[in-house]
Amino acid sequence: MTAETDVTDLLTVRGVRKAFGDHEVLRDISFEVPKGTVTAVIGPSGSGKTTVLRTLNALDKADAGVIGIGDLTVDFAEPVDRATLARFRAQSGMVFQAHNLFPHMTVLQNIIEGPVIVQKRPKAEALSAARKLLEQVGLEEKADQYPYQLSGGQQQRVGIARALALEPQLMLFDEPTSALDPELVGDVLSVIKDLAAGGWTMVIVTHEIRFAQQVADQVLFIDGGVVLEAGPPEQVIGEPTQARTRQFLKRILDPI
Amino acid sequence: MDPATWALIWRNLWPMLVATVTQTIPLTAISFVFGLVVALLVALARISKTGPLSALARGYISVIRGTPLLVQLFIVFYALPQFNIVIDPFPAAVIAFSLNVGGYAAEVIRAAILSIPKGQWEASQTIGMGYATTLQRVILPQAARVAVPPLSNTLISLVKDTSLASTILVTELLRVAQLAAAPTFDFFALYGVAAVYYWVICVILSFGQSRLETRLERYVAR
Ligand SMILES: Nc1ncnc2c1ncn2[C@@H]1O[C@H](COP(=O)(O)OP(=O)(O)OP(=O)(O)O)[C@@H](O)[C@H]1O
Ligand SMILES: [Mg+2]
Repeated sequence: MTAETDVTDLLTVRGVRKAFGDHEVLRDISFEVPKGTVTAVIGPSGSGKTTVLRTLNALDKADAGVIGIGDLTVDFAEPVDRATLARFRAQSGMVFQAHNLFPHMTVLQNIIEGPVIVQKRPKAEALSAARKLLEQVGLEEKADQYPYQLSGGQQQRVGIARALALEPQLMLFDEPTSALDPELVGDVLSVIKDLAAGGWTMVIVTHEIRFAQQVADQVLFIDGGVVLEAGPPEQVIGEPTQARTRQFLKRILDPI
Repeated sequence: MDPATWALIWRNLWPMLVATVTQTIPLTAISFVFGLVVALLVALARISKTGPLSALARGYISVIRGTPLLVQLFIVFYALPQFNIVIDPFPAAVIAFSLNVGGYAAEVIRAAILSIPKGQWEASQTIGMGYATTLQRVILPQAARVAVPPLSNTLISLVKDTSLASTILVTELLRVAQLAAAPTFDFFALYGVAAVYYWVICVILSFGQSRLETRLERYVAR
């Protein structure tokens, strides 16, 4: 027994496949994410990064493959009943590229909607938890504003707070900063760094290679519907073994 | 106008107001509410991925929009009794108007629902909401903002269309005017009063519409 086997994997992905029509987007995705660690997913546009995240939350149901999150493992080759699917979805929280906040609700209402309406938690309790989360993402004074009154970076941080409010075991981020003006990126990334330091288990699709290097314990390079290369950032970003990875990194780090 | 005409108008102001308040307005309000319920169900059926359901909804909308409202009223009130279904004038009118509003408003509601970005459905799904909760908490409140202006038009049309109920013996505003004018043939005066009454209702509704629109716009950047 080596030291690594002591680490429990929070997320286990085995042989996930997903096609849209006859377009096979994910061909055989396998990886695991140890509890309390951060995994950054990088790869060319259209390689299936978003689709991987969406299968982890069953926004897109995998055609085949086994996904285990915490104590719940689902085999997507079999029909999955609604109750199981709901339980599976509740294991993870999703932060979208385009935040997708509810525009007709204030910041606070956005955050307590899940806890109160879905989890049936007492409203007072949900409100005080929501205020703590807002403090955590640096937006306590925006509690009663509507999303349109916030900057893109603030909206994205509310989106993070909304996902955290449900206390999922796993947080999923799909390019949380790519729709933002450059000067707003830092605030969002620093919130994510704080979460990493706080022990959250996270999977983050990102184009911010420097950020991935700083916070990720593991980097996955996805291309052609498979995980082409996986390992610590020093390896995958520092000394990639695959030509495709090197090409991709060269293009993204040195675009001109 | 001669004094007799003024007297006729004066005598009928009150009975016509009573007809408006006890018949025209309730007929409009009840039919509109039922109509919206029908419309929402038809819109959801039309959007649904269940083929036959969607086709049924489309057929319904097509029939309602492709036939005169007067014919729909006559079918409910004069034709159904042939099959031993006899309905009193007022409920018959409610049925016909509700079904009619249901057909027209369904397309409005459908378009409003489809105008809400897919991300709203997905965000709801990721926080664990089911279909009904998502509709109720997230989609319909936003769709309302889009649907209110066209639905207000539907409502204002309905106010005026209730005058057709006079043809199936509902003693609503127009019918009271008709009956009062008949002995002296002084139609101009009493139809004029009826017109003013309808117009006042519609002005009030338009005012309510803009108030409601302002309220629903509160979360939208200007
Ligand atoms: N709902 C869908 N229907 C059909 N094709 C889809 C759908 N979603 C994604 N695809 C296709 O799957 C492929 C992978 O898409 P995906 O969004 O996962 O890529 P990505 O790696 O996230 O790209 P990007 O970096 O541009 O965000 C693309 O070719 C895309 O066109
Ligand atoms: Mg993507």
